[in-house]
Amino acid sequence: MKQNLYNYILGIADNSLILGQRMGELCGHGPSLETDIACTNISLDLFGQVRSYFQYASKLAGDGRTEDDIAMLRQEREYVNVLLVEQPNTDFAYTIARHFLFDVYHLLFLTELEKSKDLTLSAIAKKCIKEVRYHERFTSDWMKRLGDGTAESKAKIQEAINDLWTYTDELFHQTKADKAMVAEGIGVDVTKLKDAYYEKVNEVLTEATLETPESKYFQKGGKKGIHTEHMGYLLAELQYMQRAYPNMEW
Amino acid sequence: MTTTEQNIDDILVPILEQVSDPEIPVLSIMDMGVVRSAVIENNKVKVQITPTYSGCPAMDVIGDDIKAALKHAGYDSEVELILHPAWTTDWITPRGRKALEDYGIAAPLGPEADKDVLLHGKRIVKCTNCGSQNTRLVSQFGSTACKAQFQCDDCQEPFDYFKCLK
Ligand SMILES: [Zn+2]
Repeated sequence: MKQNLYNYILGIADNSLILGQRMGELCGHGPSLETDIACTNISLDLFGQVRSYFQYASKLAGDGRTEDDIAMLRQEREYVNVLLVEQPNTDFAYTIARHFLFDVYHLLFLTELEKSKDLTLSAIAKKCIKEVRYHERFTSDWMKRLGDGTAESKAKIQEAINDLWTYTDELFHQTKADKAMVAEGIGVDVTKLKDAYYEKVNEVLTEATLETPESKYFQKGGKKGIHTEHMGYLLAELQYMQRAYPNMEW
Repeated sequence: MTTTEQNIDDILVPILEQVSDPEIPVLSIMDMGVVRSAVIENNKVKVQITPTYSGCPAMDVIGDDIKAALKHAGYDSEVELILHPAWTTDWITPRGRKALEDYGIAAPLGPEADKDVLLHGKRIVKCTNCGSQNTRLVSQFGSTACKAQFQCDDCQEPFDYFKCLK
């Protein structure tokens, strides 16, 4: 099996899976009907993308593991999503800030992945970009509405950005699979996305009349399977059905 | 307009036209542009469809409906989901756009106009009830991921707008 490629796909897909799960938690709990529907639709997009990635991974594995097995039946240490996407929906500001900080990265990443020599990954990226563009519009729009809104909304969104900032740097760390795939012209060199990322984030924050945090202290670990304390609870909910009723399908 | 060839045997067209999008029953999957190829090989029909949105829950149903329609016409079939080339709203046929409008869903505008209405609140989406352009965006995501929610400020009708995907 092409182990590096398999690991590389998991690195991409786990971000969408875990973020999709977080957004899905808002189903029936969004602050208004419209935002509730938006968050669940975004979640649905992300799960759809995950299916494409895991179907491909399942083909590569070739050992009978299905997309469901890969998505639902790993242990916590085997999930390699970044810490950012597993952070909880503390309030609506955290939900928007977390998703915004990921969207900016996601769009830059997919734009590069579209150029991959791997035709399947390139096709998935091309499909995903169209959707993620809408997600980024939605979250950027809300960043501005909250930042440039009332004194309370501004304070809350600023606090969320400040708290989540510490998880942004990990987006640009390279894993072993990353390096191997970049060398083969399949993967994206994430280190090169960093400048454009902070520039774009800064642009939106400025327009939202918010401060760009200056902290240079960053958390990392997700890409190596070392997660924050929130991950276990998230997985318990994500995996419940599959563990209670083994072999269920999407 | 994206230049991608559709490859569908003439004899299969009327059969596939009977299959509709489960979420928009007035729209056939042919007018939706999701069928990319359908050919008969060794008495078996091979169909390729492309998803509108990645998470579109309708795709599994569409696959099953195609198989059922072909079976009814006497063909065994195989349906494959392909991702490339990616679906675009440009593939909705003029007849499909009309069906959408009649059903109460505003058809997608071009990418620039789409940005104007979704981001800058420009009032150019036509109300599907009274035709007025005095309409406003209520939510960027509507009843499904592919639609945004609008309301007409003249007749107060709430309606969906099919977002441009290009
Ligand atoms: Zn009207």
